[in-house]
Amino acid sequence: MAFLEIARLHKDYGPVEVLRDIDLSIEEGGFLVLVGPSGCGKSTLLYTIAGLESVTRGEVRIDGRTVNDLPPSKRDIAMVFQSYALYPSMNVAENMGFGMEMRGVPKAERRRAVAEVAKTLQIEHLLERRPAQLSGGQRQRVAMGRALVRNPRLFLFDEPLSNLDAKLRIEMRTEIKRLHQSLGTTIVYVTHDQIEAMTLATRIAVLKDGVLQQFGTPAEIYADPANLFVADFMGSPPMNLIPAAVRADGPSPSLLVERAGSEPAALPAGVKGLDAYVGRETILGIRPEAITEVPADGAANGSTVVDCRIEVVEPAGADTYVITHLGGREVVARTSPDCGVRAGETRPLAFRMDKAVFFDPATHDRIRG
Amino acid sequence: MSAAAQDTAVHTAVRTGRLARAAIYAGLLVFAVYYLLPLYVMVVNSVKPLDEIRSGDMLALPRAFTIAPWLSAWSTAQIGVEPTGLVPYFWNTIRMVVPAVVISTLMGALNGYVLTKWRFRGDTVLFGCLLFACFIPFQIVLIPMASVLGFLNLAGTTAGLVLVHVVYGLGFTTLFFRNYYDAFPTELVKAAQIDGAGFFRIFWRILLPSSGPIIVVTVIWQFTNVWNDFLFGVSFSDYDSMPMTVALNNLVSSSTGVKEYNVHFAGAILAALPTLVVYVVSGRYFVRGLMAGAVKG
Repeated sequence: MAFLEIARLHKDYGPVEVLRDIDLSIEEGGFLVLVGPSGCGKSTLLYTIAGLESVTRGEVRIDGRTVNDLPPSKRDIAMVFQSYALYPSMNVAENMGFGMEMRGVPKAERRRAVAEVAKTLQIEHLLERRPAQLSGGQRQRVAMGRALVRNPRLFLFDEPLSNLDAKLRIEMRTEIKRLHQSLGTTIVYVTHDQIEAMTLATRIAVLKDGVLQQFGTPAEIYADPANLFVADFMGSPPMNLIPAAVRADGPSPSLLVERAGSEPAALPAGVKGLDAYVGRETILGIRPEAITEVPADGAANGSTVVDCRIEVVEPAGADTYVITHLGGREVVARTSPDCGVRAGETRPLAFRMDKAVFFDPATHDRIRG
Repeated sequence: MSAAAQDTAVHTAVRTGRLARAAIYAGLLVFAVYYLLPLYVMVVNSVKPLDEIRSGDMLALPRAFTIAPWLSAWSTAQIGVEPTGLVPYFWNTIRMVVPAVVISTLMGALNGYVLTKWRFRGDTVLFGCLLFACFIPFQIVLIPMASVLGFLNLAGTTAGLVLVHVVYGLGFTTLFFRNYYDAFPTELVKAAQIDGAGFFRIFWRILLPSSGPIIVVTVIWQFTNVWNDFLFGVSFSDYDSMPMTVALNNLVSSSTGVKEYNVHFAGAILAALPTLVVYVVSGRYFVRGLMAGAVKG
């Protein structure tokens, strides 16, 4: 049964609709990531779950109970803020114990709980310090400690890693995942970083302009995007989105893609929904890893080989990204570093068309078979 | 440019810099002397016997040093018709200043907290109205204030003066705290809400402990304004609530006997001394507060 449920949630600020009819749910122990560009309403959604923002319509239910009218402190939640929000006039121990102090927990018990959490997070030596005396990473840890010490049923994270440098961000990401695995507490996590979303989530909700674009597991979101926005937003480097003409060609339609310097390339369509698009345009979506060099022993099943003019070669260590132009767009292919591709040459690339997805250029919706 | 020419150029530049600097210091010195001269005159003449002043030279150092004028101004000089010195009025002022400063500072802090962290419809309009209070001249409010005090049965009392100064100071104190709290992270308030702290608890435990610098600024501002006020004091006080500024005026303009200039000077310094002390003492805290803010991340 769903532990956290958000049903037809709607939020207005005066005439501005910030959230429009959001439906989401996450099972107990799940890790829900709300992801989207800035201004998409993801933080507002988190704040309504916390009770820091009211809702205009709809319901927030935690463990079957509607909490719309409960104040934040009664929802059995803990929150980690983007700025960490550590109380500047209190030391670390007082910061962590403040919630318990407000609930009237005796001092000895408070101290024991703080010490225990401090030990798991390895911040025992910082307990007497003020937030101003801590580094960014230490503040981040203390903020998590303050949330942990409450022992809540639901953790809320509001872009907790966005103020850290790249290396620390990756370390803390792993730590949060480890913490989630060992505690098993339900987490709702807001980020604009799609890699964080992919690595942490058991479920991802992609938002744009206050509308839920897609809700699913990371694998579903990545491989089976519901629309052009999700396809473009998730994945790094992003999915190649190539305009293609659909033409009737025997029993099933095929695609024609403009190529720089030679005649258009033909690719099989392979999706039944494209029948309705014959004579019109579609947008072919294909991830960089589905375009590779042609192996020495010939292209794999489901691949189509197209000669492409290589414009730029970007070695990234484990992979070499190769950039070419198709349909007037830059197209990135992921090749192995030892295939010896060089800029300026024309080279056959294998397109895994069984991995391709198609979108309507007008509505941006997915075309399915 | 040759090396020698360059050397001369550098030399000239250094010399011009030095000259400019000397000119600046000389100018500053002139201003300082000009500004400090009245204080010098007051101090020097407050420790002279009266006939030494009458004999002429106001700028001369005392030949016969005496603290009698100070003692007289403090406790025996004729104020109006009573030979009480300034001391009872000093206490009147203290009884007025302390509550007026404490109440107006706290209310200003509370206003600033509400106007920035508990926003409501029309809050900017309300703040605008409060700001307007900063631009109202004292004279305009005298008559309506007098009738309000009469209506509240507070006319001529210290409590009445406290009310007047709190009302008049609220615009400024609200402005100070609103601007300070505007930069105070709202996420801290949200975090405290999740931790279960209520409206006043958040104010006392989260905001006020971080408000040191702005409290000092507000207290200095309010203390000097209320302490130095003459118009409200002379308009709304009675004999037993009369503040020191009014008493000083009565001391100086007292028409019986000779003009005791040395006593007048001593009295004027006594009346000004507390504001000076406040500047010296809290000025240090003020700077310290700014430094603490500078290293806060």
